[in-house]
Amino acid sequence: MAVEITAAESTKLATAEIFGRTIAELGEKDSRIVCLSPDLQSSTKMGDFFKKFPERFYNVGIAEQNMVGIAAGLARAGMVAFASCFSVFMSLRCLDQVHTDVCYQNVDVKLIATHGGTSYGPAGSTHHAIEDLGVIRTLVNMTLICPADGLETANAVKAAAATPGPFYIRINRGFDNTVYRNPDYGFQVGKAVTMAEGNDLTIIACGSCVYEAIQAASILKAEQGINARVLNMHTIKPIDTEAIHKAIDETHRIITVEDHTIIGGLGSAVAEVIADYGKAAAFLRLGIPDKWSPIGAPEDLRAYHKIDSAGIAASGSEILNKTVETGGGNGIDAGAITQSVLEVIKSALTVAKRTLKPGDKWDDEV
Amino acid sequence: MSVLTKQEWIDLETKVAELRDLCMQTTQWGHGGHWGGSSSVADILAALYFKSANFDFKKYDDPDRDRIVVSKGHAGIMLASLFSVLGSIPREDLKTFNLTGSKLGVHLDSNKVKGIDASTGSLGHGSSLALGMALAGRVQGRSYKSYVILGDGECDEGSVWEAAMAGANFYGRGAENYITIVDRNKCMIDGPTEKVMKLEPFADKWRAFGYEVIEVDGHNFPQLINAIETAKADKAGKPYAIIANTLKGYGVAFAEDNYLHHYGMYPPEKCVIAREDLAKVAKARLDVAKSFKKDTVEVEDLAGIKTITKKDWYVEEAK
Repeated sequence: MAVEITAAESTKLATAEIFGRTIAELGEKDSRIVCLSPDLQSSTKMGDFFKKFPERFYNVGIAEQNMVGIAAGLARAGMVAFASCFSVFMSLRCLDQVHTDVCYQNVDVKLIATHGGTSYGPAGSTHHAIEDLGVIRTLVNMTLICPADGLETANAVKAAAATPGPFYIRINRGFDNTVYRNPDYGFQVGKAVTMAEGNDLTIIACGSCVYEAIQAASILKAEQGINARVLNMHTIKPIDTEAIHKAIDETHRIITVEDHTIIGGLGSAVAEVIADYGKAAAFLRLGIPDKWSPIGAPEDLRAYHKIDSAGIAASGSEILNKTVETGGGNGIDAGAITQSVLEVIKSALTVAKRTLKPGDKWDDEV
Repeated sequence: MSVLTKQEWIDLETKVAELRDLCMQTTQWGHGGHWGGSSSVADILAALYFKSANFDFKKYDDPDRDRIVVSKGHAGIMLASLFSVLGSIPREDLKTFNLTGSKLGVHLDSNKVKGIDASTGSLGHGSSLALGMALAGRVQGRSYKSYVILGDGECDEGSVWEAAMAGANFYGRGAENYITIVDRNKCMIDGPTEKVMKLEPFADKWRAFGYEVIEVDGHNFPQLINAIETAKADKAGKPYAIIANTLKGYGVAFAEDNYLHHYGMYPPEKCVIAREDLAKVAKARLDVAKSFKKDTVEVEDLAGIKTITKKDWYVEEAK
């Protein structure tokens, strides 16, 4: 029987390695589990599963569409199929198979999409997955999870194995900053995790941006006692509507943060909930603007796109200055926020360490 | 070696006659349908569902039954008609084909029609799906066969060849039970396959991908059954691809071998003519079966068994 990954171990493992260990462990408990890989057995860390269960592992070669189709066929015949490849290909190249073979047929195919967002930063836009959350969240029957770190990935993978129907779990390349020290924090599909309490504003983040949001909140808190609530919205679909409603009612200001284009992803999903709710809230979406990202180390790219702790804290000044027009009595006058909050933001900016120095030129600006 | 009994052959001819006629009527009920590619594939479907495949719609959830993935999903109207002939889809339901609120649309939904093994319609998906089903059988220790029926036009899709490669690669891991049948009607929407996107040398392509190829006349039951049974026996040490040469719009004089008859609804008076044509073809085919001299068709008899096409029953009226 495999031993569960401990918190201490998790900090020494790349997120994909944690996935690899988890799926190998699940494979022992559930003989229906099969794994598929398009020549990415090593990079997606399915090797552990392969070593234990070679008869339940299929390397389909560099043929992602075929991988998803075979996975759906396996699932139609009673298996639980985990298929893994880079997010950019999973969401775009095999989208037709994901749409029809997996979601339309509503089968037990669990897509582990690695190298999410700009986590494979140096590889350039051919290997950045900045559209996948937006694309995948529109698919009927699909559950979409973007875990914050390795332990949450393990939780998400276990939940996917235990829950019927299609899943898309978006993880990053390499190591993630540790968000959780203990796997037993009550992970539940569709339920946001409150990472910091606060009523001045709410920062809603997913994936690698959860760590950054927590850092931003502690900067604000430490400097001037500004209380930012931080929600880890690990499940993009179905999104935790209740937690967003609560944030609107109690904090009146919401910032979303994601390593994804600002079109269609977490920010858009939250915006839909706000609009549907009918109550005004000051609102900012942080993410990658509607243009191709430069290349670079993931943490540098987060700084460049202002989705790192400094960037998130800085955007607070914008949202605290925002006036919200209220149709009824529910709104607030966000413009009345005190000058002191702005000062906090400014000081936070100087405190936060940025890999990218102001004035640095990026290749797309030269 | 015996292929099928004369009585089985006669039964097949009787059923496929009913099937084609029912499908033609369904194009009327549904105000349209893919008659052309449906008629070309009808005998292949009939050979599988009525004879060679281990399939009983009453036991659709039997994990040991054969799987049949009709990758050319636009033949859904023929498949629905076939399920109606089997008794799985009530005739009244078939009459709702294409209509608002029906569970039967152009491309069948595997979650709405029990026994349909895959929701197809996006071309080039079926091979991967059927292969996955074959692989699952191996893991589960089952020996069912998994068939995919491809249109020839859809073989333009790269995913077909990804799956073809994988089928040969996974021979020994389940693909021993994976059988590909291509409905080679040589037509696609914009014209003949060889004019739109050359497929030839088609059989050589499959051979190059590691398949044992059997080419047959797809409107000749003894040949079709023999090919399928040969593939089932799995003697070649590699997966089988059966290329069934067919005619689009088979059995209707004005539609046969005419790529323009892809989708549509004939005016009622033309439909009457079409059904009369189908009756003539059915009779000609039944005559071939009935006039067979022995009780059982043997492999050595196959060469002498005529395939009925338009020239055998259609006389153009003098203008």
